[in-house]
Amino acid sequence: MDFSVLLQDIPTLLVVILGVPALLVGYIVGAEFLVRRLPDKNRPQVRPWIWVGPALAMVAAILFIPAIATFIQSFQDNHGNFVGFQNYQTQLSGFPSSGAWIAIRNSIIIWLVIYMILVLTFGLTMAVLFDRIQYETVVKSLIFMPMAISSVASGVIWKFMYWYQPVGANQTGTLNAVVTFFHHDPVAWLQDQWPGGLAILNNLALITVATWGLTGFSMVILSAALKGIPGDLLEAARVDGAGEITIFRRVIFPLMMPTVVVVGTTLVIFAIKVFDVPYVMTNGNFNTDVLALRMYNLLYLSHNNAAAAAVAIVLLIAVVPVLIFNLRQFRAVEARR
Amino acid sequence: MASVTYDHVVKRYTADVTVVKDFNVEIKDKEFMVLVGPSGCGKSTALRMLAGLEAITEGQIRIGDRVVNNVAAKDRDIAMVFQSYALYPHMSVYDNMAFPLQMAHMPKTEIDKRVKNASRILGLDNFLKRKPRALSGGQRQRVALGRAIVRSPKVFLLDEPLSNLDAKLRGQTRIELQKLHRDLETTFIYVTHDQVEAMTMGDRIAIMNAGILQQVGTPGDIYDHPANLFVAGFIGSPTMNFVPVTTSDSTAKASGFDVKLPKSVPAGKATLGFRPETLTDRIGDQHNAIDMSVDVVERLGSDQFLYGQVGSDSVTARVDPKMKVEPGDKVRLGLDTRSLHLFDAETELAQF
Amino acid sequence: MSVATAGRLESTAAAWSLPWLAQRLQRSLLHIAVIGLTLVWIIPTLGLLISSFRPSTQILTTGWWTAVSPPLQFTLQNYQDMLSQSNMGTAIFNSFMVSIPSTVIPVTIAAFAAYAFAWMKFPFRDWIFLAFVGLLAVPLQLTFVPVLSFFVAHGIVPDNLTSLGLPPWIGLWLAHAGYGLPFSTYLLANFFRQLPSDLFESAEIDGAGTLTVFFRIVLPLSVPALASLIIFQFLWVWNDLLVALIYVGGSVEVAPLTVNLANLTNSLGQGYQLLTAAAFFSMVIPLAVFLSLQRYFVRGILAGSVKG
Repeated sequence: MDFSVLLQDIPTLLVVILGVPALLVGYIVGAEFLVRRLPDKNRPQVRPWIWVGPALAMVAAILFIPAIATFIQSFQDNHGNFVGFQNYQTQLSGFPSSGAWIAIRNSIIIWLVIYMILVLTFGLTMAVLFDRIQYETVVKSLIFMPMAISSVASGVIWKFMYWYQPVGANQTGTLNAVVTFFHHDPVAWLQDQWPGGLAILNNLALITVATWGLTGFSMVILSAALKGIPGDLLEAARVDGAGEITIFRRVIFPLMMPTVVVVGTTLVIFAIKVFDVPYVMTNGNFNTDVLALRMYNLLYLSHNNAAAAAVAIVLLIAVVPVLIFNLRQFRAVEARR
Repeated sequence: MASVTYDHVVKRYTADVTVVKDFNVEIKDKEFMVLVGPSGCGKSTALRMLAGLEAITEGQIRIGDRVVNNVAAKDRDIAMVFQSYALYPHMSVYDNMAFPLQMAHMPKTEIDKRVKNASRILGLDNFLKRKPRALSGGQRQRVALGRAIVRSPKVFLLDEPLSNLDAKLRGQTRIELQKLHRDLETTFIYVTHDQVEAMTMGDRIAIMNAGILQQVGTPGDIYDHPANLFVAGFIGSPTMNFVPVTTSDSTAKASGFDVKLPKSVPAGKATLGFRPETLTDRIGDQHNAIDMSVDVVERLGSDQFLYGQVGSDSVTARVDPKMKVEPGDKVRLGLDTRSLHLFDAETELAQF
Repeated sequence: MSVATAGRLESTAAAWSLPWLAQRLQRSLLHIAVIGLTLVWIIPTLGLLISSFRPSTQILTTGWWTAVSPPLQFTLQNYQDMLSQSNMGTAIFNSFMVSIPSTVIPVTIAAFAAYAFAWMKFPFRDWIFLAFVGLLAVPLQLTFVPVLSFFVAHGIVPDNLTSLGLPPWIGLWLAHAGYGLPFSTYLLANFFRQLPSDLFESAEIDGAGTLTVFFRIVLPLSVPALASLIIFQFLWVWNDLLVALIYVGGSVEVAPLTVNLANLTNSLGQGYQLLTAAAFFSMVIPLAVFLSLQRYFVRGILAGSVKG
């Protein structure tokens, strides 16, 4: 590899590293300078907009307006003619075995439910177990580490776990080595189909990758919540004669419930939006397609913007319950402020 | 150095939430004025309006002759010490004190001189490089004072500055603050809910309740001549005894005793007030004998308080610490008739 | 600590008595469970790490676990091949060029906005903030087509930007900034709001203006929150694949590490030894950031979710 190319680019790097912040700070200092020229009375009216303005503009331009545009697009064909629900009909025809339905099933049923249950169960178990040992920090770091690894790299890591060689050959994949050790035939984890196109095993294999990546996240949050439970409370329960299991069931778990719910909603959003893992591991083949990946492929392989928009809206509809739940939680918290 | 005038000041948040009602006080130059009252009485709001942290709904506040209603906080020539001290946690003690001067674009040498001077007065010389979190509560409190001193403001505002200190330190700091006031020769306005602080520190005290100014006067004045039932009950510890009485001419008849009043009043119902120290074990010419059944005896060494019943009324008496009393005893005490208070049953205003 | 005491209860039973044995057994089971879970979690990474140092012929014929028994045959050949054959050097440079501005822009802009949300009054403030909270959950996929066509229509695409002498990643920066803003603003506004109001009032009396308060009081006091947010956003952008694929595509001159690695994954038939090395190469920076600043990262995650 030629590193001299990089040396040539160092000035660009510096300009970017110094120039971008300078621009932003320059904006706020300059704008404040102008605000101070205003009459006393107008300053409090103008000033807030100077400070929220950039964020508001960017969010509107990159998130809000495009989302609405996509919504409109989903009712148009690729030439901008209004076609009503035709995009949705095309996508959703052929229940239950068409491509979109497989993606919906995988995203909204298999991923959402199994992924959430796995991550929460592992996270909670680890939080409780790790709380009782002295080498907690080290263990937590190791479990948490996959959070820093990109899904693409995780994909590579797990491809080696799932590696498959035909029967009789030397198994180099870790899992198949274990399976054959127990005198079972090696399994093609990522391709294995259940009867009737159910594709449970390979979807589970993908979910395992994502679970491995995100359990640290739920473990860390749940562990913090666990440590937030006042010690007196547990001591009081112990004095009242409760055993450790009763204490967990009747005291610890109810107190952690709000945190479990928060982690759960975050996971739902992750699950519904999942893209990287299937993209890297199977690219949606063998009935492992998910909504986000289908949308991407419609966009880039089929160049069918209208269909992609319809799939994106289906994705949005799937997160709406979570979105409403989040807003209600937020308002409840605000009300207690 | 300047006087401060509250002229018919009103603070209203919404149409039906008025926290300060028609507030009128004149605080003289170099005076130590204490605003005291129970929490939520509007005393802090009154102070914050003067500081420029809250808008004034109606009326005028003047510092000296200048109306400051529309003057920005920083231009009012005041300094404020907050209850939480509001020290900037990321700045050293020195920088905390220098900050207001830097904001005023004062030359570095002058800033240094002033900070050094203030730190000497407050005994903070050895702590200038420390961050606030490395200081004790008392030291933090002094840094907050120092930050106010360096500006040499016309008026010092102090919002419950002692309430985060422990009892012993609070007593010390009370004395230090009075000394500081004498040395600086500046107007101090001090807000507290603690009547002991008010009585010990104030040249004058302004008592507030429910947004309304109740009485302004010297500590002695207020103690001896409370203007109404609220003031009488708020100032003094243990609190004044209040006994419902029926008056006719110049006698008042309570459930357990009669007492001769110093002057005649209209016949009717009223509340008789007398402080515990006027009900003692001494019975002289000026004393009315009262029989009390004792429920609780509190021996403080220098004092002995008896809590019990006279007729159907609960009263407190302060007797000689050597007197032998046990709960359940019946004792004969003398009420000094020279310091009685009588409050109108309706208006609660003092008749004398 | 609370529950730790439960586990660490001193053994009160006499040695070798039945309850004593039960307690010992319980402790052992706990340790076995903990160590077992941890092993399961690190084996995938460990396997790849070991593989990446093995000769390519062996990677394909024997499992990585055989490498730890003699004869030891480790080599750096995979890393040398990867660097010379796969453009990973350009890719890591690109990753920096994408990640740094994509972190700086949203965090700075979010800090401005959070300051206003927390300490200024303006019409619809609470509604706008609520909208930000709502946008936290909106799938990014929803925005790709309109934003991309806007970028294309206005020449904010790599080829055109390069020909104008501008960094080709401007569109990607803006996109990442927009996507990162709701979370950043939410996190910082919550933090700013918890700063004591006395400080702001004191500063006001001291004569500090809005800018002074922001730069000399709010920002220094928010270093923990800013640090966690910066780490969070940096790792997110560095590890992102989808957004980069959409806005800069897969061409070697502009693609960051993740895109490059994904291309490698899909295109390499037999070159798996390159992939092992490339995957680790792509993980070096995030792992270094993560391991050195883990404390802040964890704090950011907690602040961002527990408050929810």
